[in-house]
Amino acid sequence: MADQVKKRFGESIKVVFIKPLRIKIQVDPKDTVEVATFLRDTMGFDHAESVAGTDYPKENQIEVIYHLGSYTREDLAAHVFSLTTRTNRDDAHLPTLINVYKSVEYHERETFEMLGVYFEGHPRNDRFLLPEDWADIPPLRKDFRIKGR
Amino acid sequence: MTSVEDKFEESKKLGLQIVKESEEDRLMTLSVGPQHPGSGHFRFTIKVDGDYIVYCDPDPGYVHRGEEKMCEYRNVIQNIPHLERPVIHDSSNITYSYSLAVEELVGIEVPRRGQFIRAIASELNRQVYTLYWLAIYGIFLGHSTMFMWPMGDRELFIDLLEALTGARVTHAYNIPGGVRNDMPDGFKDRCMRQVRYFEKRLKEYEDIFYNNPLFRQRTEGVAVLSKEDAIKLGVTGSVVRASGIPYDIRKAEPYDIYNEIDFKVQYMKTGDCFARSYVPFLDMKESCHIIEQLLDKMPQSGEVRAKLQPNPKGPPGEAYRRVESGRGALGYYIVSDGTPKPYRVKISVGSFRNMLALPYLLVGQKLADMPAVYWSLNYWPVEADR
Repeated sequence: MADQVKKRFGESIKVVFIKPLRIKIQVDPKDTVEVATFLRDTMGFDHAESVAGTDYPKENQIEVIYHLGSYTREDLAAHVFSLTTRTNRDDAHLPTLINVYKSVEYHERETFEMLGVYFEGHPRNDRFLLPEDWADIPPLRKDFRIKGR
Repeated sequence: MTSVEDKFEESKKLGLQIVKESEEDRLMTLSVGPQHPGSGHFRFTIKVDGDYIVYCDPDPGYVHRGEEKMCEYRNVIQNIPHLERPVIHDSSNITYSYSLAVEELVGIEVPRRGQFIRAIASELNRQVYTLYWLAIYGIFLGHSTMFMWPMGDRELFIDLLEALTGARVTHAYNIPGGVRNDMPDGFKDRCMRQVRYFEKRLKEYEDIFYNNPLFRQRTEGVAVLSKEDAIKLGVTGSVVRASGIPYDIRKAEPYDIYNEIDFKVQYMKTGDCFARSYVPFLDMKESCHIIEQLLDKMPQSGEVRAKLQPNPKGPPGEAYRRVESGRGALGYYIVSDGTPKPYRVKISVGSFRNMLALPYLLVGQKLADMPAVYWSLNYWPVEADR
């Protein structure tokens, strides 16, 4: 499967690992929508299970990972395809995948408030789980410390 | 499903439109929750035009505790007790996938008897959760008997879990490496006896609740979620199975000893509130069947827990593991940087995913159907907030 994606998009894709039932690829932010559309239409990954962001202050980057699964294809039922992309930590902007996967709507909104990644084209980059009067940096960034620890 | 506009036209024909003012003035905004018994600890705003809901905006977060951040401050074993707080009724399942992910990262082999016991604990917990949910669903549709019976029968499984783990809820039982302690003497017979009793009770549930004409009228054909929309919205668990997709992690990606168990994935094709409330019931039936098999096939002796080093840690890497919980797929994405504490933990829960279907299903429904639709989504606010 990784070969199939690699064949279609060539060098712009980096295969991070291939484990049993798990494949992780990394793409440039500008290519995410195109790759996601390919994964949905050609490969059969029809929904997103989760979207997670991870902060890497040493590299000054934030990684956003989409875990994609399939309901329609039985042979892919056990597979989870991880599509990742990285953005600069100081000016975290990524294109939204909401037009490809409707299921990422709330996950991306959560990633916005927890890690401060602005999803361009997402209808609502605003407060979701945190209190309305939250006035601190996004809490899942590594420089946010729980008070007293 | 008829569109919202059609319903407006229909209501106009019936002369139901009383206020003839501008569009905005006609709508009334209602706030449901976060301390409303009809929603749990969850707030959503709806706008109604007469009797019809025309807008819905979920606003979770009332019970957000920052579980994912807390995980980064504790080692993998210390994380167990606080991770089960989001779903105390289903605590064996929420720590199950965490244990699987940690085992993959650290490289732990779970003894065979341990695998069986934790599958039994998770199936018993599934019953506890589903019975609790069924009781709430019953009372919000005005069926008091359906509140009393599941609450009473839930004690059977709570007592079993108490004998097994030492705690009535929040067991902290499924841990990386297996289970915390072995079964007590005589547990197998007791469990078998109670599960067989419960199977008989399920037939009575069906007669008094699911075959009740009042319940059927309130749920059949209400808020239909089509197969295509279920895929698009990425819903999970009983919601997706009610829409005709037989997807269950226990079958799709069997973990531990589930590939040795013979069971069917329960699903329905109608996608209405009735299907969404009936699929968990079918799951309970199937779960009884699974528990009986697990008890039969379990090795009679052996270790239940792998020996771990004091501060378990593995090489840097990441793992994403899922189990089927009472509310659908429950996945943990854990990134490790080689230290005993996880670098990042993301919990992907069924409730959070199913919440996306709420505005989709509620718009166009009557206000009186709101509890039937909301609770049919098998939504647990604390789990969604984490």
